[in-house]
Amino acid sequence: MISQTEAALAFSPRRIAAMLLRYWYLLRGSWSRFLDLVYWPTVQMLTWGFLQYYIATNAGFFARAGGTFIGAVLLWDILFRGQLGFSISFLEEMWSRNIGNLLMSPLRPFEFIAALMVMSVVRLSIGLVPVTLLAIAFFGFNLYALGLALVAFFLNLMLTSWAIGIFVSGLILRNGMGAESFAWSLMFLFMPLTCVYYPVSTLPTWLQPVAWMLPPTYVFEGMRSLLIDKVFRPDLMLEAFGLNVLLFAAGVAGFLALVRSARRQGSLMQTGE
Amino acid sequence: MPAPPPPIAVARLVKIYKTVPAVDGISFTLAPGSITGLLGGNGAGKTTTIATIMGLVTPTSGRVAVLGAEMPRQRYRVLHRMNFESPYVEVPMRLTVRQNLTVFGMLYGVAELRERIAQLGRELELTELLDRPTGKLSAGQKTRVSLAKALINRPDVLLLDEPTASLDPDTADWVRGHLARYARDRHATVLLASHNMAEVERMCERVIIMKRGRIEDDDAPAKLLARYGRGTLEEVFLDVARRAPQSEAAQ
Repeated sequence: MISQTEAALAFSPRRIAAMLLRYWYLLRGSWSRFLDLVYWPTVQMLTWGFLQYYIATNAGFFARAGGTFIGAVLLWDILFRGQLGFSISFLEEMWSRNIGNLLMSPLRPFEFIAALMVMSVVRLSIGLVPVTLLAIAFFGFNLYALGLALVAFFLNLMLTSWAIGIFVSGLILRNGMGAESFAWSLMFLFMPLTCVYYPVSTLPTWLQPVAWMLPPTYVFEGMRSLLIDKVFRPDLMLEAFGLNVLLFAAGVAGFLALVRSARRQGSLMQTGE
Repeated sequence: MPAPPPPIAVARLVKIYKTVPAVDGISFTLAPGSITGLLGGNGAGKTTTIATIMGLVTPTSGRVAVLGAEMPRQRYRVLHRMNFESPYVEVPMRLTVRQNLTVFGMLYGVAELRERIAQLGRELELTELLDRPTGKLSAGQKTRVSLAKALINRPDVLLLDEPTASLDPDTADWVRGHLARYARDRHATVLLASHNMAEVERMCERVIIMKRGRIEDDDAPAKLLARYGRGTLEEVFLDVARRAPQSEAAQ
């Protein structure tokens, strides 16, 4: 029979479920949180969708580009909203001054991270599924028609978003709410470099190797290859996955190092500004 | 059979933030089932001491062990047997009382959770409030909810930081009574940091007085009163606060 101490030391799905329940209670009781999940992705998709529609009727190349703008918007939203979904669930604990309760409970860091990862998928689904349906209705762009390629794109983008989300959580634990802005802004550093809306060849030659160090670059290139040339590039997806494994490991290592530093500095006791 | 380790053992604990010593070489051991008060002015090192015991702060040197587990390195061996209450930490306000207790009960691995929540509801007079959002409750009711969270796992070690701060006298008295009953019935060890001398005098069988990161005195309330020739613990505290620290006096 397993002892109480052994149970406390083991990885616990029950503790992960407790955290998921906590976030579900929060979402269920707040219509404004639900609305916020759908609002920005819808605005983004409509803006870029209409722009693409306008350009497509005025230029031959874009007419062939087969929804790359809307596709890029939706994939970018997976990346950005995935990280935001992770970070906002974490920030909810800081805003409600509950983080101390969690840090002093038997909840392990990996269980907390796992719960935040699941919540980022839940939040993303609530926000993005209605928007993808609107994209079909307004522009005839069916993201789901990408089939298995979409699964590869999605997995790679989520891995990147989690890696960034984990690292940002560590920054906030270490530096307090003064570091909250990283949760909202850090991913935008990726936007020009990962070539969301244009091919890597657009960048200056010296910057291109930097772009190829970032996993989402491979996903956006892969999407353009699929939509413009009708070719799925598994090589790009595998390279993205390899880089993502490194990025995820670096995110977790950074998080653990920042929490250790926070314990040394006593900043876990002062989670304010 | 070897004797069980003490609930809390602090040995030569030092914590320095950059160059500022917050705790400066303190040692004490708490006996099972005891209620001990930790007194001291602002900046005396009480909060850092409690945070180190909870594993939130890594000591610069020295050793802190809870129920035999080194903190913070082995904290997951014992966190399920500990709990705490502090006015600096809140339970989520948008969740109902029942939802909060359910989440924390699951985190602490509480068996028969529904019954435990009902029991706490009865004991802490929360039954009528269980399905109300925590944020809609009065300050006294919220304190009872925090107390329910602190007791959800029937902790063997309970750390309390200002448990009755900002409560009216009647509610504060009720909270003190409940905590004392819990400690007695469960044989739990309680460490209580407070600025309320009357509270410490009433609840604690031992008082540790800290000043500038060091222990200035450590004894039973009655013995402290006799030694200082004072009628209340508040007068003793003021005597200690206004005299030179022991280290300087020795020099």
